[in-house]
Amino acid sequence: MNAYQEDLLDHYENPSNYGTLPNPHISHEEDNPLCGDRIRIDLLVEDDLITEVRFSGHGCTISQAAASMLTEEIEGKSLTEVKKLSRDDILDMIGIPLGPVRLKCALLALKVLKAGAYGITCWPGEEDE
Amino acid sequence: MHTPHFRPLDVERIRKDFPIFATTPPLAFLDNASSTQTPRPVVEAMDAYYNTYRSNIHRGIYRISEEATAQYERAREKVAQLVNAPRTRQIIFTRNTTESINLIAYSWGSTNIQEGDEIVLTVMEHHSNLVPWQLLAQRTGAVLRFIEITDEGLLDFTHFHDLLTEKTKLVAIGHVSNVLGTINPIQSVITAAHAVGAKVIVDAAQSVPHFQVDVQQLDCDFLAFSGHKMCGPTGIGVLYGKLELLEEMPPFLGGGSMIRSVERDVSSYAELPAKFEAGTPSIAEAIGLGHAVDYITQANLAALQVHEQELLKYAHNRLQEIEGITLYGPSSPHQKAGVISFNMEGIHPHDVAGILDTHSIAIRAGHHCAQPLMKRLDVIATARASFYLYNTIEDVDRLYEGLCRTQDLMTRSQRRRVG
Ligand SMILES: Cc1ncc(COP(=O)(O)O)c(C=O)c1O
Repeated sequence: MNAYQEDLLDHYENPSNYGTLPNPHISHEEDNPLCGDRIRIDLLVEDDLITEVRFSGHGCTISQAAASMLTEEIEGKSLTEVKKLSRDDILDMIGIPLGPVRLKCALLALKVLKAGAYGITCWPGEEDE
Repeated sequence: MHTPHFRPLDVERIRKDFPIFATTPPLAFLDNASSTQTPRPVVEAMDAYYNTYRSNIHRGIYRISEEATAQYERAREKVAQLVNAPRTRQIIFTRNTTESINLIAYSWGSTNIQEGDEIVLTVMEHHSNLVPWQLLAQRTGAVLRFIEITDEGLLDFTHFHDLLTEKTKLVAIGHVSNVLGTINPIQSVITAAHAVGAKVIVDAAQSVPHFQVDVQQLDCDFLAFSGHKMCGPTGIGVLYGKLELLEEMPPFLGGGSMIRSVERDVSSYAELPAKFEAGTPSIAEAIGLGHAVDYITQANLAALQVHEQELLKYAHNRLQEIEGITLYGPSSPHQKAGVISFNMEGIHPHDVAGILDTHSIAIRAGHHCAQPLMKRLDVIATARASFYLYNTIEDVDRLYEGLCRTQDLMTRSQRRRVG
C-alpha cells in the first residue's frame, strides 16, 4: 500500500523550514478543531518577496508534511504569486487521494498562511461557496 | 431471582444480518462507540413504513395513519421495557442523546437551577453532557463542579463526596466513558446524590446499547441514550424521566402535537409524552429503533456483554504486545465496556486510523468529543477501537496486524535515515 508515499513521510520525518522566526513580519497560528492539529507560520517579507519562512506545530503526517512542502513552495516567491495557491496545488504536492476529514489536515497550512498574509479566513477551496 | 441462562452469541449468524459485512475482505468495523451498523430487520421495518403505511401519526382518521401511530407507540413500549420504565409515557422520543440532555437542561434547568446552585459533572463527560450544562450555568449563574479521575481513568469517589453539598442540585454523569470505556459506579453515585437532595441524569449513550440498564433499580431521575449506537437508525433518541419530574417540567419546544388547546395568547399542554414531542417526529426512525431493541434483546444483552468482554480482554492482551503502545483507561477489562483507546509512540492517531483504513479497518481517531478528558490525559487525541455484537476475534487480529504494519511504515523512513 502506498497510502503514505515516501516523499510524504520524508517531509514528516525531516520537515523543511521547521521552527520559528525571532522577528517575523507575519506570524499566524491556527488549529483544526476537528483533530487538534496545530500549525504556526512565520514569514519575513521584503518588497512583497517572502525571504524567509518557518512553520511549527504538531499533528498528523499529512498536516505536517503539507506544511513542510508549502514552505518550500513559497520561499522566494512574491506574496502576490502565493495568494494564487489553491487547494488543488496542495493536493498535487501531497499526491495521494484524501477523504474530506484528512483534506482539512492537508489544507491547514495553506489556511494559516492565507489567514496570516491576506486575512482570508475560510478554508481553501471554500472561497466561492 | 434465578440465574439467567443464555446461549452465547451466534456471531456468524448475526453477521449475515448486516449487508455491510458482505465484502471480501469484510469491513472490520471498530467504531461502534460512535455509531453502529444496521441489521436487515431494522431497515426492513422502516421500509415497510415508507412502502406500505407512510403517513403522519396522531392525526389522520384513516387506516394507515392509525397503523403508523400504533407502530410508533409500539416502539415506545419496547424502549420502556428495555430500560424497565414503570410507565411507557416516561419515554420521550428525541433526536439523540444530545437533544435529550438539552431538553433537561432547558426545561428542568429553567425551573430548578438558580444562581449559586451547583451542577456536578465528571472530567470524562462527552461534550453533549457538558456543553448544555455550561449553557445552563451561563444563563442562571449556577456553578459547574468536576469529579476528578484517577490516572487509571476511574472516578475519584473521595473527590466526589467532597464535591457533594446541599448546594448540589444535579449530578450529570456518563454511565460508560466513550473514550476510556470506564463503567462508572452509577448506583453509588445516585444514592450519594439523592442523599444531599440532588437529582441525577445519566448519559447512557454507551451503556444501554451494551448491557441491561434498569432505571427503577438505578433510581436515576433522568436517563438519555441514542438509537444509532444500538443498531437503530440515526435521528432517534430517548429520554427517560421520573414521572413526577416530567409532569412538573415546562415544555421544551412548542408547536404541533404538544398542545391540548391553543388560544391566541396562551396554550395548555398535552399530557406526557406528547408534551415533549413537538412537531412531526422521526416516525420511521422510532419504528426502526423499536426493531433494533427487538434485535439486541433477541440476541440477548447478557450474551452480548459476555461477547464484548471477550473481545476486549483479547484486544487488551494483543495490543499490549505492541512496542510503544499506550492504552488509556482501567487496566482491568472488568471495569470497562468494549472500548479501547490507545496511542502509538511517535505516530499521530490520525495516521493510525488513515493507514488502518487502507486495510478496511475502521477505527476512530481524535478527541472523541471529550476535550477536557484529553487535557486530563495530557494527549491531543487518541485512537479508539470499540466493539459490538457483530465483531469477531479476527477483527481484533486484523487490528493488531494493521497496527504492526502502521508502525513499520511510519518508522521505515526513520530507520533509513539513521542507517
Ligand atoms: C457518552 C456519550 N454521550 C453522548 C453522546 C452523544 O450522542 P449523540 O451524538 O447521539 O447525541 C455520545 C456519542 O458520541 C457518547 O458517547
